[in-house]
Amino acid sequence: MQEVNEELAIKHGLTKEEFQRIIKLMGRNPNLVELGIFSAMWNEHCSYKSSRVWLQTLPTKNKYVIQGPGENAGVIDCGDGDVAIFKIESHNHPSYIEPYQGAATGVGGILRDVFTMGARPIANLNSIRFGSPNHEKTKHLLNGVVSGIGGYGNCIGVPTVGGETEFDECYNGNILVNAMNIGIAKKNKVFYSIASGIGNPVVYVGSKTGRDGIHGATMASAEFDEDSESKKPTVQVGDPFTEKLLLEACLELMQKNSIVSIQDMGAAGLTSSSIEMASKGNLGIKINLNLIPCRENNMTPYEIMLSESQERMLMILKKGKENEAKKIFEKWGLDFAIIGELTNSKKLELFFDEENVCSIPIQALGDNAPKYKRPYVNHTYPKNINFDKKLSKLNIKDCLTKILSHHNYSNKSWVWQQYDHMVMADTIQKPGGDSAVVRYHGKDKAIAATVDCVPRYCKAHPYNGAMQAVCETWRNLISVGAKPIAITNCLNFGNPEKKEIMGQLVDSIKGIKDACTYLDYPVVSGNVSLYNETNGVAIYPTPTIGGVGILNKINQMMSFNLKQNDSLIVVIGKTTGHISQSALMYDILKDKKGPPPKIDLKEEKKNGLFVADLIKNKLALSVHDIAHGGIIVSLAEMCMASEIGAKIQTNVQNIDKIKFLFGEDQARYLIEVKNENFNKIKKLAKTKKIHLEIFANTQKNYFEVENNFKIPIKELIKMNHNWFKQYNKN
Amino acid sequence: MKANIIVFPGSNCDRDVKVALEQAKIKTTMTWHNDATLPKTDLVVLPGGFSYGDYLRCGSIASKSRIMKEVIKHSKQGRLVMGICNGFQILVESELLPGVLIRNINLKFICKTINVKILNNKTYFTKETIKNNVLKLPIAHNEGNYFASKDLINKLEDNEQIVIKYCDENGNINLESNPNGSLNNIAGIVNKSKNVFGLMPHPERASDIMLEGTDGSLIFNSLTNYARS
Repeated sequence: MQEVNEELAIKHGLTKEEFQRIIKLMGRNPNLVELGIFSAMWNEHCSYKSSRVWLQTLPTKNKYVIQGPGENAGVIDCGDGDVAIFKIESHNHPSYIEPYQGAATGVGGILRDVFTMGARPIANLNSIRFGSPNHEKTKHLLNGVVSGIGGYGNCIGVPTVGGETEFDECYNGNILVNAMNIGIAKKNKVFYSIASGIGNPVVYVGSKTGRDGIHGATMASAEFDEDSESKKPTVQVGDPFTEKLLLEACLELMQKNSIVSIQDMGAAGLTSSSIEMASKGNLGIKINLNLIPCRENNMTPYEIMLSESQERMLMILKKGKENEAKKIFEKWGLDFAIIGELTNSKKLELFFDEENVCSIPIQALGDNAPKYKRPYVNHTYPKNINFDKKLSKLNIKDCLTKILSHHNYSNKSWVWQQYDHMVMADTIQKPGGDSAVVRYHGKDKAIAATVDCVPRYCKAHPYNGAMQAVCETWRNLISVGAKPIAITNCLNFGNPEKKEIMGQLVDSIKGIKDACTYLDYPVVSGNVSLYNETNGVAIYPTPTIGGVGILNKINQMMSFNLKQNDSLIVVIGKTTGHISQSALMYDILKDKKGPPPKIDLKEEKKNGLFVADLIKNKLALSVHDIAHGGIIVSLAEMCMASEIGAKIQTNVQNIDKIKFLFGEDQARYLIEVKNENFNKIKKLAKTKKIHLEIFANTQKNYFEVENNFKIPIKELIKMNHNWFKQYNKN
Repeated sequence: MKANIIVFPGSNCDRDVKVALEQAKIKTTMTWHNDATLPKTDLVVLPGGFSYGDYLRCGSIASKSRIMKEVIKHSKQGRLVMGICNGFQILVESELLPGVLIRNINLKFICKTINVKILNNKTYFTKETIKNNVLKLPIAHNEGNYFASKDLINKLEDNEQIVIKYCDENGNINLESNPNGSLNNIAGIVNKSKNVFGLMPHPERASDIMLEGTDGSLIFNSLTNYARS
């Protein structure tokens, strides 16, 4: 075996200090297998060493939460003995190196996290961000990632129901692929990863182990440079067909009373899965590596332990249940191998050719892993900037059409029509709306979900930006008639060893904490992706939030397409005309200065609950949250979704009119209401101290700003659908 | 009326079609691909999905599976077989239906609701529909581009074997309304004796007012009274 020294440890991504720490914990020099295991467990991706101290400050409980962070995924109570299990996870680094497989295995990994816990996955969502469309790699990456997400989700038969796709040059060297999955299970049939029962068999199921993905998690914990392409062998290869078999086999076995605990082999494969299970149960684990089903010949213990081959699971079975379980996996044509047992040694002990090749105290790998309180700088709220001179030259129609034709705001059906969003026949609100809604199979209730983040806000002021991301998911859930319950987060940042980046992370976590606490909307699962940098240039801070809500009755569901002519459109929430960092300023005028809109949590909650009441009392015909592009763009979206027109009437004049229409003040909604209900709604708003104003009325065929311009809805639709088609023409 | 749904490893619309069949008051059973016999049934349904991962070629491995021998026997006895999406691909691979299904012309997976026109409402599968009416049905496939020799296409046209064609919402069959490049906008065909039906659209996804409408249930309702007739 190769000699282990400091140099080799550094090659494994460990620091000098970390190597010394290993020697101290072991009381001796580690051998190569042991070093590999330490490096896999102590990298950023697995150990959360830079973020852990901050993540611990997040709120993780409310009356719905059954399981918060720390398991494969979070669990919330959906009533009637039902639970929903969900999580979001990044697959950024591999997707940049190999977009199809990177994205596909991202979907595969998150699916396993959810069905490991006993849930049948019912919805996939994703957030994908690419560099500038003009960047030489963007088209290739966009097409590869979208095909990869579709390739995996479509085949396994879980609908991909929502997400976001955006472009910004800050992602030129590091794209983001964040995949989320939601599953449903019975409350009394949730499976956890805590091992128990000395002598119980450790069982390996699923695909065979190959040499793919070795050091994947270490690669995902480092910056990129010109040579990032050479890391291709660290990207895993996905097989959704095998995963479908694994899913069905696991769910079949879970119906029996055989499993003690179960854990998927994700990042750092067999290493992290075996250690996590034993560590949670405060036990030891003994594995004979000769019994691992291998795909390739002559695999070494080092390779077996560090492989990230996909579609594999590790289980602890009850003694005596091995045959029952084996039969099920054989029926599905999957490998099934008893590879070891639980011990009371509190050590990870590995044997190969009857030789002990590893003996590490489990505590050393987990509890004693390094935890860093890295230095950071706080980011102050930027000064307001007067843009009046720039705005005075603008023409409303021109601004609107430019936004609707812009790659970030154009219709994304080119993306989501490559995803099977209808399989399982329960998608009752498809992609394109404020949130996706998926019915509980055979029941009168549903789950709503959305994924959101506005990185330009987060870059300008991470604290506000992160709060905004949480609030936007909350608003999007409210808008479809759901009660927001909890979130999962995927924190994508640059190199945390830089004070400024660490400050973005710290401020963002504070923002998430404050918003989640105020809205009683806790974090139940998540993932951190750091070192999203190439040649020292970091991405914008991107704390992607996945929000999940419940509809107790399907007929409470609301949608954003207009329902009829001659109804009123009212704005809920105050419009002050906050224009800096808006879609208009940032993406159309390319002026990236100034603060993002401020979040007022009190307003947010008050307005949201008011809208929820309107929906419940059947006083709203359609609801849309106001986001990118301000009220005019939100209204145009409502029109395009229904082919019903609208006429905007406002007394605001000149520059203020541009700010009023395109400003991105938060905590606002557009509501379509019947004329005859308006007075009632106005009264309700007054008693609840809600700011409300009439903004437009619906009409046939035309989108119109009074005394300004008029344009056929069909024309708006055409320009809004054009970009992706043109971009991907050849 | 009894229907049996074949479940291949990788099938993923088996449950969806079961729900739609039962809604049409058709009793259902499920059969695993590796079983040697079919239960007594009037109709065999090959559901959508990715049988055997769609490796090699869509539907090709499934067409050689153990249960398909029984399905072929069942069809030769004149009893009904319906293949939806991947099921249609399996039917052409087993030569129960003529022609082939190749990759979509744009080389992308397409999932959306499209329009099809009923050209033959005299089959067991379309009795409840009206000729030349337009149905809204979802598609979700990567290989749905129907291809055959000119001769065969002409024969299919002459024998009224083409049951549905892609069209626009007004029933015009044209290039713009063809989502995948299928010759003559073919979306679904029957065999010569009209007891085997393959179609790319998913009627089971349009059998519920909360989903993509209920046009798809016309196909299942057509089958409800088959045994009696």
